[in-house]
Amino acid sequence: MQLGRVIGTLVATQKHRKLEGAKLLLVQPLALDGQPRGVPVLTIDSVGAGVGERVLIVIEGRAAGEALGRKAAPVDAAIIGIVDRVDLPTENQTS
Amino acid sequence: MQVARVIGDVISTIKEPALAGHKLLVLQPVTPDREPAGRTLVAVDAVSAGVGEYVFFVRGKEAAFPFYPSEPPVDACVVGIVDRWDLG
Repeated sequence: MQLGRVIGTLVATQKHRKLEGAKLLLVQPLALDGQPRGVPVLTIDSVGAGVGERVLIVIEGRAAGEALGRKAAPVDAAIIGIVDRVDLPTENQTS
Repeated sequence: MQVARVIGDVISTIKEPALAGHKLLVLQPVTPDREPAGRTLVAVDAVSAGVGEYVFFVRGKEAAFPFYPSEPPVDACVVGIVDRWDLG
């Protein structure tokens, strides 16, 4: 799983039927120091996240499909949590 | 999933039988600012997308799911056509 920040919403009328009703959010993955890491990904939101929030995302098909609650859905990324806080005791900090 | 722009298509006459009848698109992944992001790739099409459109695509094993129960040997599939996106 990765930490990320919701940076936008995306609208697509024409999509695969297994994605009907799914909420699509653009998420910028973040490093532990809060810096952007890599290219933004398009995710399915299963927890009601909003733009600007820090979230926990999975980038893996089976987990993302389960977050959507549908078997064999063609998705590979999903938001599975809204992050309240990340605690990094200083002795464990690596990045 | 990632947003991309369809920049072309691939014609292939001799191919794996499970790919018969499926359109192959050349995609350029883009950032939310519409800048090119990374290498281009070929993806199979599940939503009748065309050249010039912004789409989103899924990678990996899930790319074959839209064609169930057929299991074409593909690793990327276009699963939606983007109307618009809004950055907060």
